[in-house]
Amino acid sequence: MVRAIKDLFRHDKKFRFGFSIMVFFIIISFVSLFSPYDLSTWNVVPRDLSPSLKYPLGTNSMGQDIFWKATAAVKNSLLLGLIAALVSRIIAIILGLLAGYMGGTVDRVIMTITDSFIIIPLFPLLILVSSILRASLDIFVLGIILGLFGWANDARLLRSQILSIREREFTKTAVLSGMKPTRIIIKEHLPHIIPLIMATVINNIVWVIGMEVTLSVLGLSSLNTPTIGTMIYWAQQYQAVFLEMWHWILTPIVICVVLIISLYFISTSISTYLDPRTRVRMIKGE
Amino acid sequence: MFRRYFLPRFIQYLVVLIVGMNMIFFIPRLMPSDPIESRLSQMTAQGQYLDPAAMEGLRESLAELYGLEGSMFEQYAAYWKRLFSGDLGPSFSQFPTPVVELLKSSLPWTVGLLTVNLLLSWIIGTILGAVTAFYPDSKLTKVIEILAMGIRPIPYYIMALALVILFAFVFPIFPMAGGYSMGTKIGFNSRFILDLLRHAFLPLMSLVILGIGGWFLQMRNVASNIVEEGYVEYAEASGLSKTKIILHYIIPNAIMPQLTGLAINIGFIFGGALITEIVFSYPGIGSLLYNAIIAEDYNLIMGINIFSIVAVSTAMFIVDMIYPLLDPRIRYQ
Repeated sequence: MVRAIKDLFRHDKKFRFGFSIMVFFIIISFVSLFSPYDLSTWNVVPRDLSPSLKYPLGTNSMGQDIFWKATAAVKNSLLLGLIAALVSRIIAIILGLLAGYMGGTVDRVIMTITDSFIIIPLFPLLILVSSILRASLDIFVLGIILGLFGWANDARLLRSQILSIREREFTKTAVLSGMKPTRIIIKEHLPHIIPLIMATVINNIVWVIGMEVTLSVLGLSSLNTPTIGTMIYWAQQYQAVFLEMWHWILTPIVICVVLIISLYFISTSISTYLDPRTRVRMIKGE
Repeated sequence: MFRRYFLPRFIQYLVVLIVGMNMIFFIPRLMPSDPIESRLSQMTAQGQYLDPAAMEGLRESLAELYGLEGSMFEQYAAYWKRLFSGDLGPSFSQFPTPVVELLKSSLPWTVGLLTVNLLLSWIIGTILGAVTAFYPDSKLTKVIEILAMGIRPIPYYIMALALVILFAFVFPIFPMAGGYSMGTKIGFNSRFILDLLRHAFLPLMSLVILGIGGWFLQMRNVASNIVEEGYVEYAEASGLSKTKIILHYIIPNAIMPQLTGLAINIGFIFGGALITEIVFSYPGIGSLLYNAIIAEDYNLIMGINIFSIVAVSTAMFIVDMIYPLLDPRIRYQ
């Protein structure tokens, strides 16, 4: 794992870019813990100030410091992504492994349900759920809900991966040498799927962050929790674009775009690294 | 053929419908909050005074409207009966217009916008992918690649908002919202069509820009393997023009995954581009949904959900039925 990161960092420009920015955002998230203001209350600083030394990104019409609010937004959005990714990974791994190892009827039933989840337009359903829950949608509840919706593609991916490594030579060697099935799965197979799971985790976080923005902009989350989405929501509510308060509206937009692009770069370079053919090309220095 | 191809797909189609309809039925009922109570508490919070008897009456009529009367089993049976009769109930915010009517009037906007988007982004993405695969070392290829990779993961909302700020506010070239100007008569004349196009331009742009990336990357991946094939090298050596090689050798051999993707995405046209429509107040299904959220029109939200699941899965099923005619590998099986 550590070696893979080192390798990627040395040989892949995209990974270096994405990884450095992610480290920066993670530091920012920790910085938010030292905020001098309570970030969900209004009118703690003078309103509508342009960026200055005291308020690096200015203040908004609600009397909040945009810089500190942004740090908390980064923290909360990343946290949300992690919670949702954790929940959906658990579901995807369990279902993917079950379908892959049990085969037969179990496999068919699980895959039919999975396919239904892939085909069904989930976004309107998510809106249905969040319009019912609305006010009680804090980071944890929203994370769990998004997790319950975002597992289907990856369950399918993991299953196909299991099917292919189950047929490989080393599995047969392990079986013939008398290893127990659970031990084979943990010792022999898990190391093969962990990098793949890592790539899907990152893709899932990208999806979750985008989804949070979308739901919040529609007013469908707990709007006083600072996240990237709620920052955009409030800026829109106060017509920041018409007031030309660019420091207010552009802060969350730029953060969102940079965050998502760097995550996406990390995930594509992991997938390139996982494919042995492209890995060789990459390390040779292309 | 029938048993190996059509029957499994038909069963899959039924399963999707059953799973989807059950999700719509059970999700609201498993939620900790009760839609009727939240509606009632909202009314009292707005300052309406209701005496207990009126409250009880209101509770009952709301239960009937929401389909929440009787035991869970009775509700479930009534729900399926309503589905089969194609009755999605009335909209609350635009009472008594039936939900079905509202859906009918917004569907053409959505389908029109998304069909044009799908075709445009598919064609541009496919051609760009093929051409860049043929010239892998060109500077332009690198630029296009970085752009495609950078733009692809951006959420629709952000892209749409950025376009609105840029082209409707900073440079006011295009209208900010709507499907046509207020006061324009809807009809088949050049003025209306021009107005329609002007309004559709920004929503379309936001969709196409994000759409191209995916098609481009997939086509490039497949085509860059084709470029290394012997027959392409042979064609190059025999002095065929580059356009001819791309059109007759590379595109036809790399097109199959693209066609599959196109077929799948035809289905999703009926799911709507909710966010795009909401940002641009484009009068399609997305805007309908947004207004339903604002007005807490529970019946309309449910109706749109039911519609999009049925429409998307039906479209997918039909595409699946037609698809073997396109793909020789499945046809000969």
